Amino acid sequence: MSALLAIDGVSKRFRGLLAVDRVSLAVPEGAIVAVIGPNGAGKTTLFNMIAGVHAPDTGTIRFAGRRIDGLPPDQICRQGIGRTFQIVRPFPALTVEDNVIVGALLHRRKAEEARARAHEVLRWLDLYDKRARRAATLTLPDRKRLEVARALATDPRLLLLDEVMAGLRPTETDRMVAILKELNRESGLTIVLIEHVMRAVMALAARILVLHHGAAIAEGAPEEVVRHPAVIHSYLGAEDVA
Amino acid sequence: MSLDIFLNVAIGGVLTGLVYGLMALGLSVIFGVVRVVNFAHGEMMTIAMYLAVAVFTLWHLDPLLMLVPIAAVLFAFGYLLQAGLINRFIARPEHSQFLLMVAIAIIIVNVLLILFGPDAQNVQVAYAFDSLQLGPLIVDATKLYAGLAAIAVAGALFAFFRFTELGTAIRACADNYTGALVVGLDVKRLYALTFGLGAACVGAAGCMLLLIFDVTPTVGPSYTLLAFVIVITGGLGSMPGALVGGVLIGFTEAMAGLLFTPSAKSMFAFAILVLVLLFRPQGIMRRRPA
Amino acid sequence: MIARVLEGMPRAAAALLALLFVLMAAAPLFAGDYLLTVLILILYFAYVGQAWNIMMGFAGQLSLGHALYVGLGAYTAAALFVHFGIGPWIGLAVAAPLCALVGAFVGFLAFRFRVAGVYFAILTIAVAEFARVGFDHLDWTRGSAGLFLPVAQYARNDFWHLRGHPVMFYYLLLVATVVACLGCRALLRSRVGYFWLAIREDEEAARALGIDTFRYKMIAVVISAAMTAFAGVIYAFYYNNLFPEQVFHISRSIEIILGPIVGGVGTLFGPILGAFVLTGLAETLTGALAALGIDIPGAKQVFYGICLMAVIIALPEGIWPWLSRRLGMGSDKP
Repeated sequence: MSALLAIDGVSKRFRGLLAVDRVSLAVPEGAIVAVIGPNGAGKTTLFNMIAGVHAPDTGTIRFAGRRIDGLPPDQICRQGIGRTFQIVRPFPALTVEDNVIVGALLHRRKAEEARARAHEVLRWLDLYDKRARRAATLTLPDRKRLEVARALATDPRLLLLDEVMAGLRPTETDRMVAILKELNRESGLTIVLIEHVMRAVMALAARILVLHHGAAIAEGAPEEVVRHPAVIHSYLGAEDVA
Repeated sequence: MSLDIFLNVAIGGVLTGLVYGLMALGLSVIFGVVRVVNFAHGEMMTIAMYLAVAVFTLWHLDPLLMLVPIAAVLFAFGYLLQAGLINRFIARPEHSQFLLMVAIAIIIVNVLLILFGPDAQNVQVAYAFDSLQLGPLIVDATKLYAGLAAIAVAGALFAFFRFTELGTAIRACADNYTGALVVGLDVKRLYALTFGLGAACVGAAGCMLLLIFDVTPTVGPSYTLLAFVIVITGGLGSMPGALVGGVLIGFTEAMAGLLFTPSAKSMFAFAILVLVLLFRPQGIMRRRPA
Repeated sequence: MIARVLEGMPRAAAALLALLFVLMAAAPLFAGDYLLTVLILILYFAYVGQAWNIMMGFAGQLSLGHALYVGLGAYTAAALFVHFGIGPWIGLAVAAPLCALVGAFVGFLAFRFRVAGVYFAILTIAVAEFARVGFDHLDWTRGSAGLFLPVAQYARNDFWHLRGHPVMFYYLLLVATVVACLGCRALLRSRVGYFWLAIREDEEAARALGIDTFRYKMIAVVISAAMTAFAGVIYAFYYNNLFPEQVFHISRSIEIILGPIVGGVGTLFGPILGAFVLTGLAETLTGALAALGIDIPGAKQVFYGICLMAVIIALPEGIWPWLSRRLGMGSDKP
């Protein structure tokens, strides 16, 4: 089965620094894949290349068979890839509801339809009761959920989540994991996530890609990857995942 | 048209441009560090020009001699303005800051109008109509002295920023606000100092400019605009850039005045600005994009 | 249709607005000539402030050269009238697309080349200044000597040629302001409006949601410019004389933006409230100084500047957001 997202040998260099070094990844439709690695490993740069913020220097990125490398971010989203940001970026002066409506309006012309869709998504993410609050007044966990809700409202086929668990307490992490699992199960949403919180990675991911100094050092099922010597070496004392 | 006339006008333009450059240097320092768009920049210079007029009228002291005291007064003015008022607006949106500076500009212009009246004023120094012969060139004495003074003050400023601890601290604030805070720099005080320095620059420039042009209360806005054109053309945050930009604009103005109608000379400055904004927004002297 | 546009507005607010409209509609019956002139000024600034507000308050693009569009609209209509006898409404049909085109040009230059924020503001100033100096040398519009329209007779109101008593202009501006506000409200609640707000709040996040930010910024600029053209046409036919030094001057651009900033950028009622407050303030100061016997040129402006400063320091978001919260009408929407 051909992959929904096919990354083939992409590299990105920023002046002297090789941030991503010939990385390849095939993400099947409906899968949840995690990208992990120490800080500075190139994970967000990889995401940014998929999302259109940077164009890769080498290699190609294909989504549903079509090349998307080098396209601008708004076109990528219209193709069906949603993303969240590592440092959340809500629209602060707008209400929670309006934030999500903006996302929902991508594929809907009328504000009423968008509002209906926004309510649906807000219910998924447990934010419905807070829909009339200004986004600037939300706590961090709520902002993270808002970020996910907003991206979801654009009806993506693939969702890129950049460290969406960072800063969450364990109970909140579990909640988010449950929501993502349910989304994946109910709607077949493909998810690729960058994560440091191993608890979430092990609970969600069917496959894991490990990056270190921009290069892929391991890829496979979670149990194999966490025992891989190169991975342990790069982390030097990874969190106990038992 | 003979080469001589061309060269004389060109030199005049370059020298005037050096003074423009000093004025723009003040703005570059302010804008580059504090990141506030100082739309009262020209108005501050007008204050200095009127101070020089007053001093000259009362005590017959040459504006160039009064350079340091007047610059000091403007320094104090700028410091207090930043410390007392503008520091609160740093985090505010641009249109808010803009309105504050516009209000300040309105107040300055009209206070000057009340104090000095609307008529143009100038200083008739002893050498006002002298020219010097440098080889084949004939140069206005006023422009020559003004230009040289501009170089001297600019040089002093460069030295300050390069070689003193305070200057380095200010440059640090410009580069990285949070980083500066983290290492314990009193950023608000440094901002006030910077604004004061920028005001002092503009004060000095005003003294020099008075030798070349008349002053009315309403000349402020066009100089503010000119300063922005120069700063953007030369490159924000680049001090040599301000001088280079100033010389370029001074030269262009002089040439436009010579070759076309004098009243159209500002069109060229704006045309240059538009071109720079579009094709080289980081300015002439900077390598990285702004 | 009125109901649909008014939907979602708190009852109190709708009632107050209705009351205001009735008062304004009836005002010429009670107001003397001088007060009428003041009210016309208020409506003019309310309208043009609303037009500017679309670019800034909705799409987040700071234009400090809006006098460009006033001037272009004014000169286009006036020149067509003076040279060819073409009435102002046809003149508007030419001026509005022209301003839209110029706006699109400025927008295209700016957005394609990533000129943003302060740099964009300075670009708009430069373009307006360019026009000012350019028109000074444009013979077809009489250059710096000024373009004069044939003087109007107050006795007859010729709506087609906009010749007549100021009352005609008053009602015209009143209708225009109301239409502008209703139009803006409708826009804000539409897809375009939501995208504008997103761009204003965080352009990069907006792009990540699939919004073609270039396109929507251009739409904001074009609508704003075309709307402002109308103000220019009114300006020309009301004052009957145009000088590039005045029409395109940066002071005009600043006047245009004072109202919305003081009233509340990005809110629907802000520009209107701002126009009332500022014009009222100016007139009050004139009256107060006259009453005190102070006749110093510049004194009024100093107080005006101080008041401006006070407002912007005390109420950073503008008067309307603060006022609406006080009146209990504070929803989080404009």
